[in-house]
Amino acid sequence: MPLLEIKNLTVSFDTAAGPFMAVQGIDLSVEPREVLAIVGESGSGKSVAMLAVMGLLPNTATVKADRMAFDGVDLLKLSPSERRKIVGKDISMIFQEPIASLNPCFTVGFQIEEVLRFHMGMDRAQRRARAIELMKLVGIADPEERLSSFPHQMSGGQCQRVMIAIAIACNPKLLIADEPTTALDVTIQKQILDLLVSLQAKYGMGLIMITHNMGVVAETADRVIVQYKGRKMEEADVLSLFESPKSNYTRALLSALPENAVGDRLPTVSDMLFEPAPSAAGVAS
Amino acid sequence: MSTTVLEGKNIVRDYHIGGGLFTGPRTVHAVKGVSFKVDKGKTLAIVGESGCGKSTLARIITLIDPATSGDLFIDGNKVDIAKGGLTKEMRRKVQIVFQNPYGSLNPRQKIGDVLGEPLLINTDKSAAERRDLAMKMLKKVGLGHEHYNRYPHMFSGGQRQRIAIARALMLNPSLLVLDEPVSALDLSVQAQVLNLLADLQDEFQLTYVFISHDLSVVRYIADDVMVMYFGEAVEYGSRDEVFADPKHSYTRTLFAATPRADVASIKARLAKKKAA
Repeated sequence: MPLLEIKNLTVSFDTAAGPFMAVQGIDLSVEPREVLAIVGESGSGKSVAMLAVMGLLPNTATVKADRMAFDGVDLLKLSPSERRKIVGKDISMIFQEPIASLNPCFTVGFQIEEVLRFHMGMDRAQRRARAIELMKLVGIADPEERLSSFPHQMSGGQCQRVMIAIAIACNPKLLIADEPTTALDVTIQKQILDLLVSLQAKYGMGLIMITHNMGVVAETADRVIVQYKGRKMEEADVLSLFESPKSNYTRALLSALPENAVGDRLPTVSDMLFEPAPSAAGVAS
Repeated sequence: MSTTVLEGKNIVRDYHIGGGLFTGPRTVHAVKGVSFKVDKGKTLAIVGESGCGKSTLARIITLIDPATSGDLFIDGNKVDIAKGGLTKEMRRKVQIVFQNPYGSLNPRQKIGDVLGEPLLINTDKSAAERRDLAMKMLKKVGLGHEHYNRYPHMFSGGQRQRIAIARALMLNPSLLVLDEPVSALDLSVQAQVLNLLADLQDEFQLTYVFISHDLSVVRYIADDVMVMYFGEAVEYGSRDEVFADPKHSYTRTLFAATPRADVASIKARLAKKKAA
């Protein structure tokens, strides 16, 4: 049974100019212990689809799906309070801007323990012990001291480690990482990706990596979904995606990588896509 | 024959941080004696992680900040803005494009005015001439006449970066400092902007100082590469030298950390995963 199963998900936003379709009929499934990468440019709906799973979209958004099930539980039928018991515990998410996603008014220790209190009902001593354990796990030196640091006293990479600690605090079955390394330096990016992949393997989590960086996909994913303008362009395992991309859009993305440049100009995506908003069928042909 | 457009000799920049009530003043050595030389029509890429002093160096080259010590030569003339006496002519020669195209344009200024303003300040061209030149520049960077009266929020990130490049080129500079010009852009837009930069370099014989932390972009665009680490240039050489045979351990760390998107390395990773 897949860990997360989504069929025909559409998300539309009410705007002054009428509804805007951010996600148009996406099917997606993640098996336990699998690393799925969702790739796309800004506006491709990759984050919005995952925010819909988490139930974090603003109320201007309308989420429709034929099926949206996590671990056999239909998320669409749950009441908000039942859903909050799953989100943050069994499914958790980390975001792009580590410094902005932590609360600047509280110490990182408080923010890690908050999840443990809410979802696990641990007492104070247990929470502290677990928080120290988590800080060690994500590779923060002197965890006892660092628990009382505020986010502004830590670097971006360390804040992202704290975010990961919060996300894995309750041993989630599925971790969604939304551009976890985009704001970080390459050397730190490598450390964070290695950390995520090792935690995924150690605890057998499902991991969804949302990214626009083909390098990140190549380094982490088992299976890849390519999205463009709210539609799924291609789904393949990582090797066949890079070896023999099926859709024109994927081919265009791969050839726009500077390391694949032939000659002194880069091919651009618009050179290869003729329709402004291709349908999935049109591109695959 | 090649002429040297930009030369820096032993550039140092210290920032003095005044002490608070309980802390003494201290000095941050942001750039510690960096030397470099760029020929006309060439690109020098400066690579390093955040806090290594690459943007400080960019500010010194762009004549925004003075260097604490060291000599900076632009087109063979020694420039020292700490001593004053910087002419409009010197200001004109060096222009900069910033990282974030959302932050570097005034939201209340129309594109036409954005492009006309450098001319208004630095030259005595009439309004009609300024308008003409701005229109021509819009064409050059791949935008159209219809964009002249629009505001920045009406453009996408890639288009705004084109506008920022157009603004920098209005005064026919000889040197363009590009501070992470494509790191905020999507892959396909990044390719377009890099192509535009290459086209403009060919057309105007521009010299670029390209600041980036993305090694794949650097490898594509640079002629020479300087790797900075904690304010020092730990590696400096031609692109092929640096990429083929990195000398400093930090450069090697940087190369190893860059994600690789080729089939061979994916195969290697998957094989390793299976074995584990």
